[in-house]
Amino acid sequence: MPNYFPPNANAFAKWLIWGGVIFTALLATSLTVFARTSNNKVRVPIEQPVAFSHALHNGQLGLDCRYCHTSVEVAAAANIPPTETCMTCHSQIRVGSPQLAAVQASWDSGEPIVWNKVHDLADFVYFNHSAHINKGIGCSSCHGRIDQMAAIWKNKPMTMGWCLECHRNPAAFVRPKSEVFNMAYVPPAEGQLELGEQLVEAYHINEEKLPQCSTCHR
Amino acid sequence: MASISGKPPFKETNRVIVKSETFASIDDSVNKPIETAPFKTPLWWWIGFFMAASLLGVYLVTITMLITKGIGIFGNNQPVAWGFPIINFVWWIGIGHAGTLISAALLLFRQPWRTSINRAAEAMTIFAVVCAGLYPILHLGRPWVFYWLAPYPNTFGLFPQFRSPLDWDLFAISTYASVSILFWYIGLVPDFATLRDRARNTFMQWFYSLLSLGWNGSAKAWQRYMRAYLILAALSFPLVLSVHSTIAMDFAVGQLPGWNNTIMPPYFVAGAVFAGFAMVNILAIPLRKAFGLERLITYRHIDNSSKLMLATGMIVVYGYAVELFMAWYSGVEFERYMAFNRVLGTDHGWAFALLIFCNLIAIQPLWSKRVRQNMTMVFIISIIVSIGMWLERYVIVVVTLTKDFLPGSWGDYVATFWDYSMYLGSFGLFFTLWFLFIRLLPSIATSEMKELQHHDSHHGSDYYEEQRAEEFSKKGLPV
Repeated sequence: MPNYFPPNANAFAKWLIWGGVIFTALLATSLTVFARTSNNKVRVPIEQPVAFSHALHNGQLGLDCRYCHTSVEVAAAANIPPTETCMTCHSQIRVGSPQLAAVQASWDSGEPIVWNKVHDLADFVYFNHSAHINKGIGCSSCHGRIDQMAAIWKNKPMTMGWCLECHRNPAAFVRPKSEVFNMAYVPPAEGQLELGEQLVEAYHINEEKLPQCSTCHR
Repeated sequence: MASISGKPPFKETNRVIVKSETFASIDDSVNKPIETAPFKTPLWWWIGFFMAASLLGVYLVTITMLITKGIGIFGNNQPVAWGFPIINFVWWIGIGHAGTLISAALLLFRQPWRTSINRAAEAMTIFAVVCAGLYPILHLGRPWVFYWLAPYPNTFGLFPQFRSPLDWDLFAISTYASVSILFWYIGLVPDFATLRDRARNTFMQWFYSLLSLGWNGSAKAWQRYMRAYLILAALSFPLVLSVHSTIAMDFAVGQLPGWNNTIMPPYFVAGAVFAGFAMVNILAIPLRKAFGLERLITYRHIDNSSKLMLATGMIVVYGYAVELFMAWYSGVEFERYMAFNRVLGTDHGWAFALLIFCNLIAIQPLWSKRVRQNMTMVFIISIIVSIGMWLERYVIVVVTLTKDFLPGSWGDYVATFWDYSMYLGSFGLFFTLWFLFIRLLPSIATSEMKELQHHDSHHGSDYYEEQRAEEFSKKGLPV
């Protein structure tokens, strides 16, 4: 019987099998890790046409979120303020500053500033800011310490699994409505669940409906 | 179709193998067509392959259209959300079942007549599963995320709904495909070694050497091989029953009148084997002629497979009867209306009538030995059965969905051009693979045939065989 391959070809075949197993395991691991990290741009500051600092305006000067994002309590989208909002102060303060050149140009020409999107949810997701704000979900729960960010980044992965962490167990995250816009709010070290359950009841949060498909995919 | 083996014509037989066959003659008749140089490939093969490949082109065009335009190109819509894709999926997967039955179940029952058709039947199974498996994936709407069906650590925080038979499908089909491929390949290893040893040019030597995994034909290798083969046979045997039961559950678990029946799983399995044996006949009858394999695939094989076709066909017909009876006996208005609409409905009643003709009336001639011994008749009946089994799925899917509970939500279903082109195209995929298979791989398991020949030459003429031969010769049929 002729042998067309040397005897050590058997060892090669065996290693091929083990190599296949190892390769598959590595591939699965790296794909899993990839889906959770680099793809999501979490904690990566996004460059903007104007070097607007939330840390200065909100953190140091103490401007309320709603001064600029006026619709956050009543609409699905928390609006990006128009140039007019900037000019309520900057027609008087630091006029002519080179950092504000783009704002001034927009004001002069009437062309809005084109900001770069930081949180780009998939189009098949229905997300409503007002629903969250009015049921005791704080800004910082999703957006992080905006008051400390010079440039804004996405603080959470915004994956469906992350949304469901709260939608499946809202009591662990809900805070009193009075604390919603408090960036520095820290949930009580003990008793968040008890407090949360009371708030869920008080705010009429429908825990049965919350994790269902059609809540967000309409 | 001319025989390419160049053997003189011989008398047809009803033995499992012609008596004069030897080890060498088996090897020669099976392997010669494979060893033929590419430019000497017979014309019929080129014609067949070209036609199949053209249809495959149709398939690829349809898939391109599907991905660019979306599933709106199909006729699927409310209320018939399951149209051609699911009909064809069930039809194709059913065809595979005869292959598994022949290769695994009949091996465990030690039926010698399985030996010469098992390889081709297993190939048929695999190709049919490929055609079937693509349908559910392609009709998802976003086929590229089909892996969402699998339970894996994803970022959605979701797991598949394990209570849904639609997810069981994924496991049923992938298990079926992997076990079938493994079983097929293990069976091929000694035959690859034979081809390697017969090969004359370096490319063939390397090609078959690689495929034969260093098979050396030692007693130890044979012992391990037989053990692995039996284990795999035992693993695939339950799949004959489980896979199509799972697919039946897609319907039976639904609450629609006409679907929500406990008879569905066994009756689907019988239907699958029924359609499968029809396809075995459709493939084996031309194959034995074209490759001159009449000495190995004899009248006995076609006869037996036709008998199984008849038996499973009658079980299917029994299933129809039980469905109608249950509709009446249940006393449920919707079930009764469904049965009425299925049989006498003005819009789709034709399908049921045709179905009864194909699956009940057309198979009745198979009770006669003379018909089962007539290759042309068996071939024609098998084609009718294939059409009938397609119509059965059409009736179950379309006719049920068009009229459910509320007349306000009734609707109709019209298949579009792309529905038909996809179905036609899947034949292209199947037959392209089939033509490549018969050209490149041994379509009969030579090592098993040699075992059978050895057994037959020593113990072939037992009392039963003599009785049978006497009975056949009295009727003027081939002995």
